[in-house]
Order: sequence, then C-alpha cells, then structure tokens
Amino acid sequence: MSLLIHLAWTFALLSILAVGGGTAVLPEMQTILAHQFGIDHTQFVHIYSIGQLAPGPNMLMVLVIGYQIAGLLGAGVVLLSFFLPSSLMCFYMGRLWNRFGESPWRRSIQNALEPISIGLMSSGVYAVAKASVVSSITLVLALVTLYLILRTKINPVLVILGSGGFGALLMAYLN
Amino acid sequence: MSSQLPVNTQLAKSPNLGDLFIQFLTIGAISFGGGIIAYERILLVEKRKWLSADEFMAYLAISQTMPGLNSVNMAVLAGDHLRGVLGAVIATLGLILPGSLFVLGIGLIYANAGDHPSINWILGGIAAAATGLLAAITYKIGDTHWRHVKSLAIIICTFVLMSIFKLSLPYVILIMAPISIYLFRPGQSQ
Repeated sequence: MSLLIHLAWTFALLSILAVGGGTAVLPEMQTILAHQFGIDHTQFVHIYSIGQLAPGPNMLMVLVIGYQIAGLLGAGVVLLSFFLPSSLMCFYMGRLWNRFGESPWRRSIQNALEPISIGLMSSGVYAVAKASVVSSITLVLALVTLYLILRTKINPVLVILGSGGFGALLMAYLN
Repeated sequence: MSSQLPVNTQLAKSPNLGDLFIQFLTIGAISFGGGIIAYERILLVEKRKWLSADEFMAYLAISQTMPGLNSVNMAVLAGDHLRGVLGAVIATLGLILPGSLFVLGIGLIYANAGDHPSINWILGGIAAAATGLLAAITYKIGDTHWRHVKSLAIIICTFVLMSIFKLSLPYVILIMAPISIYLFRPGQSQ
C-alpha cells in the first residue's frame, strides 16, 4: 500500500513539474526511478522505447513503469497520478482564460517558460542518450535517425522500427 | 436549404459525447510518432470545425504553458469547450486509451521476457533510434529559440543546472523561472 502511495505521490509531482511536456521531466523521472524504485537506466530506456512505438502520447510509457513496479494496480495508479493533476490545472486555467483573455503578462510568462522547457528537453535527450548510446553501433543508429527525421518525411515509427531491427541484427551478429 | 444552415452550425458546435469520444479515440490510435497536436488541429479546426483557428491557437498556448502533455491538455480544453466537464473527460480518455492498451500489452511481454538477449538487442537498437528522434523533436520544438541569444542563454543555463550540476527539477525551475520571466517581462523585445 505504501508503495502505491509513494508511486502516486512521485508521479503526481512529476505531472505538475512537466512544464513543456513530458520530455521535460525525463531526467528527473529517470533519477527518481533509479534511486527509489530500482528501475535501472537500461530498463528505463527500454521502457521509453516502447512508448516511442505506441500510438498516442509517447509518455504513456509511464504505465509500463507502474506495471513493472506494482503490477496492473501500479499501472492504474501511475496513469491517474501522472495525467490527473496537470489535466486539472489545465482545465481550470482554460476556464480562467475564457474569463480574462489575453494579458501582456501571460504572453511574457509563456515566452519565459519556453526556453526553460527546451533546456529541460535537452537534458532529457542527454539523459536518454547516456543510457542508450553505449557503443559505436548505437551512436550511428542515433545519428542516422536524427538525420532521417530532420531531413526526410519518412514516418518516425518506420525509422525507429527499421533502425531497431537493423541494430538488433548487427549486435546479434557481432556477439 | 438556407433555413437549415443555422441548425447545422448548431450541431457542429455541440457534438454528442459518443462522437467526441470516437474522434479522439481515432487520433489516439493513429497518431504514431508524435505530432498529435497536428492531428488534433485537423480534427478540431478543419474536419469538424468544432473550434475556430483563433480558439485553437489560444488553447494551444494554454496547453504549452501549463504542465502536462500538450496533446492531452488540448483534449481537456477542447472537450470542456465542446461539452463541459464530461466532454473534457471523454476526449482525454479517448486520446489515451489506444496507446495505454498498446504499451500495457508490450509491457507485459517485456516484463516477462526482458532478460532475453534478443529483446535486449531489439530494444537497444530502438532506444538508440528513439534518442535520435527525441533530439530531432527537441531541435524542431526549439525552433527560433536556438538563434536568439537570450533564449539560448536560458536553455544552456537550464541544461547545465539539470544535467551537469544535477540539481533536482523543482530547484531548477525555482532558479530559472524568475530570471527568465524578468528577462522576458512585458515591454521587452524578443
């Protein structure tokens, strides 16, 4: 029971901190999960990859984390605690917005928060890269994907699946 | 013919809950590889005309400013706009249901076979590619911020506090938010 409360508290906090989207809390999530819930960096990156393959919001992968830690109940608790607090805040902000409309301060705060969330996203890239780019093969896969996503219109899921399959073949062959 | 127009407009503005659910469920099921906001815009503004382009932009701004995933926040706001509290709940549930079932299915397999070497190779390869994808998305979302000195300085300071000094996230925000809001206060140029 205390494990579930701990999970709920952790993900509710991450939910409220996720300014700029889920990627902004990736490094924090990774650190907390490693220190407090025994999910190591490799597991975390594997689970993150599953989220990338899923349709809908990529951060739904938090369900797998909940499942790993406390089974189906854990997945449910994580789903509620990760999506409810931020959604409630947004809901009330939407209603306030409809009452007050645009003010110069609102625009300022948004402009100010944008670079912070991009900085946090960069930290997210760094955290995931540290755990997933572990050899020359994985480095090449990451760079090729970066290039393909930025320069071509190929569906990202196909790029990821292709490079996952290709990488698996290479690693299996070299082992 | 013309007498029916107001009726149609009325219908377009208040979809029934079932339709709202199905539309967001569809987005949740087909929006692979990010870019959900784009799908939501197509549905809300172009396909069903449930929101005007202006309303969509206003809700997008709130979605991005508030914590939480932008696509989920958009579902909350659009759902509330169209059908109140129940609409917000229904739209959000529709959006996250397909992906939730998907990750739970794969997660189940992973939890039971995560030690198998081939699973490790495949997920290892996918993880490396996902890192490339994440870098690309971050670069794209950063857009013009990468070229503005003020924005770039904030980005770098945030990154250094978070990744190099390894401060915890609440502290990073407590330090950076006041500085950044001061720099971007009303009346300042970009």
